[in-house]
Amino acid sequence: MTVLFGQLFTGISIGAVLLLIALGLALTFGQMNVINMAHGEFIMAGAYTTYVLQQIITGAGWSLLVALPVAFVVAGAMGVLLEALLIRRLYARPLDTLLVTWGVSLILQQLARDVFGSPNVQTRAPEPLTGNVALPGGVTVANNRVFILVLALAAVAALTLALRLTPLGRRIRAVVQNRDLAAVSGIPTARVDRITFFVGSGLAGVAGVALTLLGPIGPTMGTNLIIDAFLVVVVGGIGQLKGSVIVAFALGVLQATGEYLTTLSVAKVMVFIAIVAFLQWRPQGLFTLRTRSLA
Amino acid sequence: MTALAGPPATTAVDAAPAAGPRPGRGRRAGRLRTAVGFALGAVLLFAAAPLALSDFRLSLLAKYLCLAVVAIGIGIAWGRGGLLTLGQGVFFGLGGYAMAMHLKLADAGPGQMPDFMQLYGQLDELPLWWRPFASPWFALPATVLLPMAVAFGLGSLVFRRRVRGAYFAILSQALAAAMVILLIGQQGTTGGTNGLTDIQGFFGYDLDDPVNQRTVYFLIAAALLALLWLARQLIQSRYGELLVAVRDGEERVRFLGYDPATVKLVAYVTAAGMAGLAGALFVPAVGIISPALIGIVPSIEFVIGVAVGGRATLLGPVLGAVAVAWARTALSERFPGTWTYLQGGLFVLVVAFLPGGLAALCSRRRGTGGGPLTRLRRRRTEAAA
Repeated sequence: MTVLFGQLFTGISIGAVLLLIALGLALTFGQMNVINMAHGEFIMAGAYTTYVLQQIITGAGWSLLVALPVAFVVAGAMGVLLEALLIRRLYARPLDTLLVTWGVSLILQQLARDVFGSPNVQTRAPEPLTGNVALPGGVTVANNRVFILVLALAAVAALTLALRLTPLGRRIRAVVQNRDLAAVSGIPTARVDRITFFVGSGLAGVAGVALTLLGPIGPTMGTNLIIDAFLVVVVGGIGQLKGSVIVAFALGVLQATGEYLTTLSVAKVMVFIAIVAFLQWRPQGLFTLRTRSLA
Repeated sequence: MTALAGPPATTAVDAAPAAGPRPGRGRRAGRLRTAVGFALGAVLLFAAAPLALSDFRLSLLAKYLCLAVVAIGIGIAWGRGGLLTLGQGVFFGLGGYAMAMHLKLADAGPGQMPDFMQLYGQLDELPLWWRPFASPWFALPATVLLPMAVAFGLGSLVFRRRVRGAYFAILSQALAAAMVILLIGQQGTTGGTNGLTDIQGFFGYDLDDPVNQRTVYFLIAAALLALLWLARQLIQSRYGELLVAVRDGEERVRFLGYDPATVKLVAYVTAAGMAGLAGALFVPAVGIISPALIGIVPSIEFVIGVAVGGRATLLGPVLGAVAVAWARTALSERFPGTWTYLQGGLFVLVVAFLPGGLAALCSRRRGTGGGPLTRLRRRRTEAAA
């Protein structure tokens, strides 16, 4: 029973990381149909922001708290810049956004290498996040994992509320559902696109801050994360956050179970096969917005 | 483009000009030009290059030509069929590993195990799935058929259920990631991160001998020309036209009574077979196959060459792949950082501003489909419409 709970929590915490890195994509890919391969590098930017702030602010706890909003703005600004310079021209060619942003991600990785050096760097975890907490039932879980879980859920809650309740959220949803109709209703779609991109990319920055708690920071850290994040959004379905939330935790638990039963590498392959099998059942993902488009 | 041109830029990946058989142009003239082109290519590859290049440069060229073979396949699947496949490394790797496994077993001698297995795996006997590769009659067909089978498996699942184009690209990429993780994880039987290295013999010939290296080069050059010819036949056939039709309007093709899934599957499987063959030829040319050569990054680099050369043409991908690989060698030795910026920047510029690739610059001179500027202007007006 203890083993079962332990595995379950491992799965949930893998899921929380997946969710956090996929949440921004759920907005930019899921809602705007832009395949942003540089999203992983925005995560990296968030991680390096934490690292830089820790050089300035010596208290690890404070620097982490400051890093969260700063990384959001830094990564968000990078996203807006990318949108304004390149992606804006490519909305009609979704597959080409993938290629263009891959080129951008190459450049950003090299930039990170030139600025921070190719070896990985490490941040100090704040004191309260280093220990373990014992749950009833004999399961101990790492504090930083709990923190990431809470952060992921808070981000989802904030995003959901913003999309549901604020005028901006209403505009974003309108543009996603029917761009032309939104435009004739007087919504400045280009500006809404830009703000959506800011928020989506900013969330990548927040994910980057969280990832500094789990491992080293390096120029290529984004490449490996990005694929898992895309898979979450693909399986979750376009245009709905709840799909991404459910799928992130489901894949996390699947991954943890697979790892427990076999090995890490076999578990990864199992997850991939499960995803392809799932798409046989629901080719458009778990939840989809109904549209009349033939595409 | 006139008002008759139908809905604007529906699938604009796609804004690249189709360079298929053009109406109003004599078939005979086209055939003559192709014959001259192939003859010229043969002279360049078989006479000029071996005479002009040192052994070292020639073996580099052999490596580039392998990448060019992969590019032909991507040109068909992506340029013609609109299937952005980001996982060609998987098929390249399957072909490469099949070949390397056979050569390793041949190096080790009958009944022996490859050296690394005792080292990492501490295995007492050859794993079951290695055994068939001892026979060249199994290993050689497997270099092509294995990748084709995997492509058929993924492709038929994905295309039949009409999974969207972007999903396919991401799934193909995830396949590459999964394969690399699996290869690294099973170090005892796959060589892990190192891959299969130190391959010395090639069907009884010593690969260290420059003469034999030259033979390998000729083999690769011959394969490239043969596959180019095959690709040309495929593109000019009725199937080739259907493939372009699926790219530009899948639903319309469906309404006409064709099955787009089958059309796409054939293109994907063909591309996989070509990548597999390229991988198999790469192994004797370079003497190594490893996860680093087939992962996500190399898989996308295959696509970069194709995009730069011109995805929708026959020759563009080949020349693009060779040119990008050559530039990488020339620049990355001395300025590794600069090369990465250049590679990224080139990719951004070409895909965003010149989707037809460098081939589109040339086609203006030949008066087909308008120059890049005309096309850019046309796309603007379409986007505005």
